[in-house]
Amino acid sequence: MTAPDRSRSIEAIWRIEFPRLVAGLTRFTRDLSAAEDLAQDALVAALEHWPRTGVPERPGAWLMTTAKRRALDQLRRVKMLDRKHEQLGRELDERPDTRADELDTSLDDEYGDDMLRLIFVTCHPVLSSDARVTLTLRLLGGLTAEEIARAFLAPVTTIEQRIVRAKRTLAEARVPFETPRGPERDERLASVLNVIYLVFNEGYAATRGDDWLRPALCEDALRLGRVLAELAPAEPEVHGLVALMELTSSRARARVGPAGEPVLLLDQDRGRWDQLLIGRGLAALARAEALGGARGVYALQAAIAACHARARVAAATEWTRIVALYDALAALVPSPVVELNRAVAVSMAFGPAAGLELVDALAAEASLAGYHLLPAARGDLLDRLGRFDEARAEFARAASLTRNAREQKVLLDRAAACGTKR
Amino acid sequence: MRVMVIVKANKDTEAGIMPSEQMLTEMTNYNEQLVKAGIMLAGDGLKPSSNGARIEFSGKKRTVVDGPFAETKELIAGFWIWQVKNFQEAVEWAKRCPNPTGEESVLELRPFFEASDFGDELTPELREKEQRLAKQMKEQAAAKR
Repeated sequence: MTAPDRSRSIEAIWRIEFPRLVAGLTRFTRDLSAAEDLAQDALVAALEHWPRTGVPERPGAWLMTTAKRRALDQLRRVKMLDRKHEQLGRELDERPDTRADELDTSLDDEYGDDMLRLIFVTCHPVLSSDARVTLTLRLLGGLTAEEIARAFLAPVTTIEQRIVRAKRTLAEARVPFETPRGPERDERLASVLNVIYLVFNEGYAATRGDDWLRPALCEDALRLGRVLAELAPAEPEVHGLVALMELTSSRARARVGPAGEPVLLLDQDRGRWDQLLIGRGLAALARAEALGGARGVYALQAAIAACHARARVAAATEWTRIVALYDALAALVPSPVVELNRAVAVSMAFGPAAGLELVDALAAEASLAGYHLLPAARGDLLDRLGRFDEARAEFARAASLTRNAREQKVLLDRAAACGTKR
Repeated sequence: MRVMVIVKANKDTEAGIMPSEQMLTEMTNYNEQLVKAGIMLAGDGLKPSSNGARIEFSGKKRTVVDGPFAETKELIAGFWIWQVKNFQEAVEWAKRCPNPTGEESVLELRPFFEASDFGDELTPELREKEQRLAKQMKEQAAAKR
């Protein structure tokens, strides 16, 4: 192996181990910042030693032991050792010839708990939404500040400062490194799911031809969700969220046309839908439902996505089922956007007139005033009812409300197509 | 990105020799780790080539040839599909695999084509924008140092 190959290999190993290192070290030192620094130090040590000694059989254990040794040194210096630390220190001292990767046997047992604690901390409500997203991507996703900056189109310094401030906020608020229990747990879990979903949406929205660098965020979110599903397998909404992300991602290749223009779901080439992801999404949804979570917010959205995924062609879509799911969703999260989506589903199940009635009821909604999908939906319904002049006007209005050039073109094309044979 | 990890066949896998209980346990543990890491998308073992067949194409001609097939080294015994940040990550995970056939084994890793490889989502304007952005990022990073 050449030297550059070796360091690439060591870095890759370290990136795999990084979240676990931070999690375990945070429990050990009770200090998130210190944990991250110690993890970085362990990488330096690995780059120094492994080229000579070879990569250890259990690199994660080696890194953890090395970091803990260093932590003990630091704690000793500031006289902050407690009994557990002293005990470990004695153990490490007593066996100087034992390989570092043979010493840390606790690694696998504690790992799950530590990772769960870590994600609850990085998503703590004392942090702003931006801070939660950034810190989670950094410490659990293992993204560098540069990668996060690039994904969110922000300057690197902004992201770096955000990370520093977030850690400081957590320290100052004395946020404990523990998994919440009881009633607090649901709320805190919702915060975690929200962060993951935010990352996903950031990446998903970006596939609309704005910047193809950012869709990797969808992969990061999916991965975090899958990890969480194994850390908290009894939580139905975790599986619900994973299902939603898998199913949504399954359509990624079909969403964008050759000129980068967005393609509506019903017009997509279903041959380009990823069946592997659909299978995974349906399996995750089944897990959520088996746990009694069919009525969760994410599970319901996933169930809607599943209806589309199961239909071989658009005409085979079970629209009445989708309407029922939107009914349940609207009861949980009354929102004009959900109502609009429901109206569209109603029009597909019961005809455009029924849908138009519901859409018209939303016309006065202040929050939808600048939302281009409202007039777009209305235009489509009017078109289907043969009211072509009104339809054209609505599509033109929708086009004027969107800032995305490609989306505009699609809407203007639809305006032009009103009344002509499709 | 996605990577396919192919378990190459050898005379044991072709003979249908079942792995030992210890090997099965180790492999189960390994698969669990892959799932817990969030990278496991799919994976399975394949029956020996004596259970399989080939379709040979020559122009318009199609010939079905039943297994077994002779060139063991070229055959496959199983596969995984992993979702990873980069190829090196897949390599490191693959190194952690318990020896899949007990003795001499080969894992072959192959990255999937991504949509961006086909360039069909990358219009000239997007490509130019991405290049500008990448240049900007490099300049920012350089200015920092």
